[in-house]
Amino acid sequence: MTAGGHHSAAMRPARYLVAGRHAETYDTVTLLLRPVDEPIEPPDPGQFTMLYSFGVGEVPVSVSGASGGLLVQTIRAVGAVTRALCAAEPGDMIGVRGPFGTGWEVHRADGRDLLVVAGGIGLAPLRPVLLSALAERARYDRVVLLVGARSPEDLPFARELGTWRRRGADVRITVDHGDKGWHGRVGLVTALIQDAIADPAGTAAFVCGPEIMMRLSAEMLVRCGVPPAAIRVSLERNMRCGAALCGHCQLGPLLLCRDGPVVGYAEAVPLVAKKEL
Amino acid sequence: MRLANSPWSPRLIGMDGLDGLYRALTAEGYRVIGPAVQDGAITLRELSGIAELPFGWGVSLQPGGYRLRRRDDEAAFGHSAGPQSWKRFLHPPRERLWSARRDGGGFELADDGGDEQPRYAFLGVRPCDLRAIAIQDRVLDQPGSRYAARRARLFIVAVNCTEPGETCFCTSMGTGPGAAEGFDLSLTELVADGAHRFLVDVGSDAGAAIMALLTSEPADEVTAARARAEVQAAAGRMGRQMQAGDLRELMAASHQAARWDDVASRCLTCGNCTMACPTCFCTTVEDSTDLTGDHAERWERWDSCFDIDFSYLHGGSIRPSAKSRYRQWLTHKLGTWHDQFGSSGCVGCGRCIVWCPVGIDLTEEVKALREETDQRPEPGDQP
Repeated sequence: MTAGGHHSAAMRPARYLVAGRHAETYDTVTLLLRPVDEPIEPPDPGQFTMLYSFGVGEVPVSVSGASGGLLVQTIRAVGAVTRALCAAEPGDMIGVRGPFGTGWEVHRADGRDLLVVAGGIGLAPLRPVLLSALAERARYDRVVLLVGARSPEDLPFARELGTWRRRGADVRITVDHGDKGWHGRVGLVTALIQDAIADPAGTAAFVCGPEIMMRLSAEMLVRCGVPPAAIRVSLERNMRCGAALCGHCQLGPLLLCRDGPVVGYAEAVPLVAKKEL
Repeated sequence: MRLANSPWSPRLIGMDGLDGLYRALTAEGYRVIGPAVQDGAITLRELSGIAELPFGWGVSLQPGGYRLRRRDDEAAFGHSAGPQSWKRFLHPPRERLWSARRDGGGFELADDGGDEQPRYAFLGVRPCDLRAIAIQDRVLDQPGSRYAARRARLFIVAVNCTEPGETCFCTSMGTGPGAAEGFDLSLTELVADGAHRFLVDVGSDAGAAIMALLTSEPADEVTAARARAEVQAAAGRMGRQMQAGDLRELMAASHQAARWDDVASRCLTCGNCTMACPTCFCTTVEDSTDLTGDHAERWERWDSCFDIDFSYLHGGSIRPSAKSRYRQWLTHKLGTWHDQFGSSGCVGCGRCIVWCPVGIDLTEEVKALREETDQRPEPGDQP
C-alpha cells in the first residue's frame, strides 16, 4: 500500500491501534500507532499521512516519527476530527493513509551545519529530521534547533529537548510570552537566527511553522548569507486525497500533496507572496 | 484516403450499419452511451437503440444560452456540445470509496475489491471531448483506480465535427474538428442527396473487430474526400477564437490584472463552468455515518474551486474573494495545468460559455487580459 502504487488501496485507510499516547501540551497529543493491517510504507522525514477517526472524518497530519514499526503522529486539537484523534486512548483504532508528498531530504545537509527552525507544532514534521541527524551525528557539522512557541505551555516535545541536547544538538528556545517560571528568551524565533549561524554558506536550513513565520525566518536566513537554495520550507494547503487527484491543495503550479509539502524556499517565495493564490 | 499512419482503410456504412454498430456493441456486452434529446437539451445517456439519437436536432448557442433547433436534415450528430460531458460516466459525480462498520472497539472496512466496473461504449464523442478524456486520463488514470478500470473497458466511437457551434474554438486549442487518434472507431456523418451515410475510420484492433461484425463497404475516394473536406471546412466556421500559444505565460503574468475585478463583478461563483467543463476533475470526500453510528461510508463527489470552502485552511478560506476564485479556475485551466499535467486543461468546447448563467466568455476574458498585459507589463508581485 503506497501513495504512488495501488490507487484504490491508497484511498483506503490502513488500520492502526493506538499503542501509546502522550500529551505534549494542553491541546497537542502525540500518538504511537501500531499497524493492524499491512503497514504504510516507511515515511520519509517531512511526509504526511491522512488520519481517520471512525465516523468523524479524516485530516492531514505530518509524521513526527517512525521507529520499531510504530508510527508517531503529533496532533493539535483544532477541529472535530483532530479533537477526536487527540482524545484517542491506547487500544483505540485509527485509519491511516499515506505516506504522501515530498520530504525534507535531510542528506542535503551532509557535511554542513544543519539548522532546524520550528514554530510551535511546526516542530512535529521536523522531529524526524532531528532524530535522523542525531542518529548519524557525524555526518553533520553543527546541528542547531531553534524553536519558537507562543508560550512555555505551547512548547511541544519539551520532554525531549534535554535528550536532543545531550546527543549533540544545540537547542535554543524562545517564546512570544513568558510566564512566571520562564527564565528563557522572549521574542520571535527569527531573533535567534543570526546568532545561531556560524557558517552561512555551509548551512542547510529546514523551516516549518506558520506561513508568516517561515517567510520571515527564511528572509532572515537569506539576510545572514544562507543561500536560498539551501533553505527548505513545509507549506500547507487543504490536503484531501493525498494523491494529486482532488485539486484542493493547489498552490499555483504545485499540487502540494504531491509536489510538497516540503519545497525549496526559492520555489515557495513567489507563490506564498501572491495573495489568494 | 486513410488517416495518416493508419493501417486501416476507411469504410462506409448506412443507417442499417449504424444500427448494426449499436447491436454489435451491445452484443459484446457494452452499455452504449450517446446523445439523446431530454428536457430541452441534448444530453448523454444510455441508449436503448439508435432511434433515440437526436435525428434532425441541432442547437443554437450563445453566452448563457442554449436552445434546441430543428435542422433541415435528419443528421444524428449535427449538434455541438451539450450541458453534460462524458466525464459523468468515467468520473461520476458521486461515488462511494469505501464503507466500514464498527467492530468491537475498532472498525472493519468492507471488502469492495471486486466491484465490477461497467463496460461503456461512448457513441458520438466529439474530437474536443476526445481530447478532454485524454486530459482527464493524465490526472485520473492511476493504476488500480476505478477510473482506470472503467477507462480500460471503454470503447470509443468518435464523431468528427462538421457543425461547430457559436461558442466553439477547438481549432484554437488544437483539438478538432477532426480526430486523428484516441478512438476505436470514428464516424463522419454524410447527409446529402437523400442518402444518410457515415464514413468510418478504424482506430484500434478493437474497432476493427467490431467493424467485422457489421455490414460495411470500402469507402470510395470521392465520398471519403467529401467527408474529409466537410470536416476541414468546419475548421473555418468556429464561433470563437482564442490565441493559445502563450496562455501559460500570460496567465502567470496576470496575477494582478484589473480584469479580474471586472469579471468578479459579473461572476456568481456558482461553479456551473466547472460542472459543465469536460476536464474539470476536482472532487471532495464526505464521511458519514448512519444513525446508529456503527456504519461509516466515504463518498467522493465533484467539487468546484468556486466553492468558498474549497481552499479551507485553519478556520478560513485561502481564496475568499470571487476574483481569486475565478482567477484560480482560469489560470489553472489555461496556465498551471501545463505545469501539473503537461497540457492545457481547455479543449475549446465552449460549454463554460454557454452554461454560465451570466454569460462570461473565457475567450473574451483572455483577450482582455492579453490587452491589459500588453499595455502595461506587470512588474511582478512584491512579497
